[in-house]
Amino acid sequence: MTDPTTSSTDTAPPTRKGSAITLTGVTKAYGEDRVVDGVHLDIRPGEFCSLLGPSGSGKTTTLMMIAGFAQIDAGRIELDGKDIAGTPPNKRGFGLVFQNYAIFPHLNVFENVAFPLRARGWPKTDIADRVARALRLVRLERFATSFSRQLSGGQQQRVAIARAIVFEPSVVLMDEPLGALDKNLRYEMQTEIKEIQKQLGMTVVYVTHDQEEAMNLSDRIAIMNAGRIVQAGSPRDVYEKPADRFIGRFLGEANLIPGTVAMASDPHQGVLKLADGQMLHAASLEPLRAGVAATLFIRPERIELAAAESAADPDVNQLSGRVETLSFLGNTLRYMVRSAGGLPVMIECPNNGRDPIFAAGTAVTMRWRVAQSLLLMR
Amino acid sequence: MRPGPPRLLTAYVGTMSVLLLLPIVIVVILAFSGQSYLKFPPDSLSLRWFIAFFRDEQWRQSLYLSIAIATIASALSTLFGFLAAYAFVRSTFRGKAVLLSLLLMPMIVPTVITSIALYFFSTRFDLIGNIVWIGCCHAVIALPVVVLILLSTLQGIDHSFERAALSLGASRLRVFTHVVVPLAAPGLVSATLFAFLVSFDELLIAMFLTNVRDQTLAVRIWNSLHLEVEPTIAAVSAFLIAVTGLFLLADWLIRRRLRAAPWR
Amino acid sequence: MNRLRHDPTAIFLLPALLMLAVAFLIPLAGFFVQVLLVEQAPGTLLPAIHQVVASKATLTAVVTTNWIATLVTLFVLLAGYPIAYYLTQANSISASLVIFSIVVPYFTSIIVRTYSWMVLLGRTGIINTVLQALGLTDAPLPLLYNKTAVVIGMAYVLLPYMILTLYAAMKAIDMTYVRAARGLGAGGFYTFRRVYFPMSLPGVLSGSLIVFILATGFFITPALMGGPSDVLIAMLIERAVEINVDWSGAAILSLLLLCVTLLLYALYFRVIDVRRLVGAGR
Repeated sequence: MTDPTTSSTDTAPPTRKGSAITLTGVTKAYGEDRVVDGVHLDIRPGEFCSLLGPSGSGKTTTLMMIAGFAQIDAGRIELDGKDIAGTPPNKRGFGLVFQNYAIFPHLNVFENVAFPLRARGWPKTDIADRVARALRLVRLERFATSFSRQLSGGQQQRVAIARAIVFEPSVVLMDEPLGALDKNLRYEMQTEIKEIQKQLGMTVVYVTHDQEEAMNLSDRIAIMNAGRIVQAGSPRDVYEKPADRFIGRFLGEANLIPGTVAMASDPHQGVLKLADGQMLHAASLEPLRAGVAATLFIRPERIELAAAESAADPDVNQLSGRVETLSFLGNTLRYMVRSAGGLPVMIECPNNGRDPIFAAGTAVTMRWRVAQSLLLMR
Repeated sequence: MRPGPPRLLTAYVGTMSVLLLLPIVIVVILAFSGQSYLKFPPDSLSLRWFIAFFRDEQWRQSLYLSIAIATIASALSTLFGFLAAYAFVRSTFRGKAVLLSLLLMPMIVPTVITSIALYFFSTRFDLIGNIVWIGCCHAVIALPVVVLILLSTLQGIDHSFERAALSLGASRLRVFTHVVVPLAAPGLVSATLFAFLVSFDELLIAMFLTNVRDQTLAVRIWNSLHLEVEPTIAAVSAFLIAVTGLFLLADWLIRRRLRAAPWR
Repeated sequence: MNRLRHDPTAIFLLPALLMLAVAFLIPLAGFFVQVLLVEQAPGTLLPAIHQVVASKATLTAVVTTNWIATLVTLFVLLAGYPIAYYLTQANSISASLVIFSIVVPYFTSIIVRTYSWMVLLGRTGIINTVLQALGLTDAPLPLLYNKTAVVIGMAYVLLPYMILTLYAAMKAIDMTYVRAARGLGAGGFYTFRRVYFPMSLPGVLSGSLIVFILATGFFITPALMGGPSDVLIAMLIERAVEINVDWSGAAILSLLLLCVTLLLYALYFRVIDVRRLVGAGR
């Protein structure tokens, strides 16, 4: 298991406003079925951490355990070092945003946002003040007297966010909050959420199955599969250095070329021999041994297409092939190329209007820097 | 445009609908009759039997007694039934089907058996004529209706509202009073009204558990029917029909108003 | 304790269960136990049961009850089936009117409903008055205080139950099957007999069961509208208490009626599914 806590390209500056959340060996089982299986995660104060994974990976259950709505069967969850397993959900002081907003239909926007403050017994003037500020933050000041039925999906979600942050929690938990919105609205809301988090500095734990969203928003992504965290790191780290094939495929398009390790010059550098005998150089994060099966991982946008081969270069891999299909995707061009050895390779090039375009059937050479690829053992 | 039902069927259903309402309509018309004997159609119309009903000390006492008992029954069964329905819908515990069947028992056991058992029990503990006790027994009879109505109501309320309220720091009590109750309001109104009706109309338990001096409206009608079929009974019956109609109307109106609220 | 801390709502059941125990379960159980076990001299219970169950009055009452309950069920089924079917086909305005005519009697007091039929059927009642006025008969017909009157009165009370049960079941029937049959050339009656009616059978069964069960326990209507020889079990029980003060006999008869009722309900619950009410699929 990869060490989930450290990464080399951290971008989150620690602040005093957020709290640290630590999960140690957290498990939830329904009978024999382990929905969450020994999860370890160290979320730092003020960090925006996403739990990313396919449905059924246990991410929502994990969030619900942090929130206190699901019981922990094994392990510990700590808030700033204190075990919160015994604290009921209404005493944990976390802001919670659901996918279906859960805006109280019988209260108007103002009363919805004021709800947590009234529950805490705040004086009236303070409530009015704080609610106004929260509504200003989500740009809904003019809707204070409206009811949820009169609001659009995006507006309702903003009310939910305002309500979740109005009492200045140190942690906000979000369960796929943008799942019900259409694409453009989702981008808009993502920017807003990120802005609010930067301004207020609280820790955010964000559940999503959308990898673009996770990469856009997070300081750190924890990828979950079958109840476990399979890798955690900054968006850049998990995208460029996946721990295994599953993660590589999950976070965008990937080429996964199977072969056998022919030679290992040092534990982290080696040569992969393909089925047709071709040799490719690559680096690896895990120690290499000659003779074992491995997969070469390279992103489609890191491969260059050229008409002819160039001189051999120890830092560059080359593979010749023929273009099968060319798809026009708006801002990118996607090529499917069949290598000489019969392997399908996907290449993406920016549609910049300058580079030559290769029609289907053309013979091409695929080129990439060795450092751009990775050997995956799993 | 879908072809409607065959004409023969419509004619039959129309006739049956009239037949279903006919007896009730006739009683109401008879209540306004001016004669002191039953004749249909009445030769003259007057309010004399209504006046007789409301002027008669005994009929009035029966009315007050029925209202008192029904109020107690309605309050107890709605409150307890609401809590029970909430437990069924929100809690996880095994044996729900068994417990629900238990709560529905008063509806299943023939009322005559329940009433004689209660009579037997009540004489031992000197509870005959005790209004609160009768209200309690009626509450038990009304409980199944209340629970069924409120189960349906609560199942329609999304669980995430309560979770949101909890996460926002509300105490469980506050979640209940400020979120669950307002959202369950239409069902609560129906349950209260129908529980009241169940108790107001109930005969057997009231018959056994009241003493000769204090009879509920239903019991007094029953006794009167055995002695003679006097027109006052028609007026009392018309009054009961009006009460039923009023309650159905109130239920429909209040539900409509709650549903049309800006937040629904 | 841990369970209660995180899920205190289970405790909400207690008030209802307590009230149920105090004002229903304990009196009921206590009644049977006290009368049949405690106050009964040892060894006399079985002979007493035999005496009551085998007595002419009881046997007659059982026969009468079953006979009337069967008649009522059949009558209500035949009368209500077309109405329920109509409700699934009619537009919303017509359907609302019909439902209104079903719901208003349904919620009206049983005594009032019974009284209204007594008014209709009595010697000086409306039907007799009309018949005599039209010259169709010289003397008032004895329409009241016999089994027919009881069946009519009970049918009037129980018709809404049958219609509403049938309607709920019929709503779930997919008309594409009927249309498919018609498209294949089947005539109207044939389609009904072979396609629609079989699909409505569960509703017919559950509706009939509920009406039959309710009919066997009836007291008010047969007591008011029946003749001296029309004694149903519920009336027998009431008489045992009110007139004879025969608690032991009343208890035995009650036990008999209760067992039959519970057996029929067990059957009923197999036909429908109680679990759906609770949402016990969580």
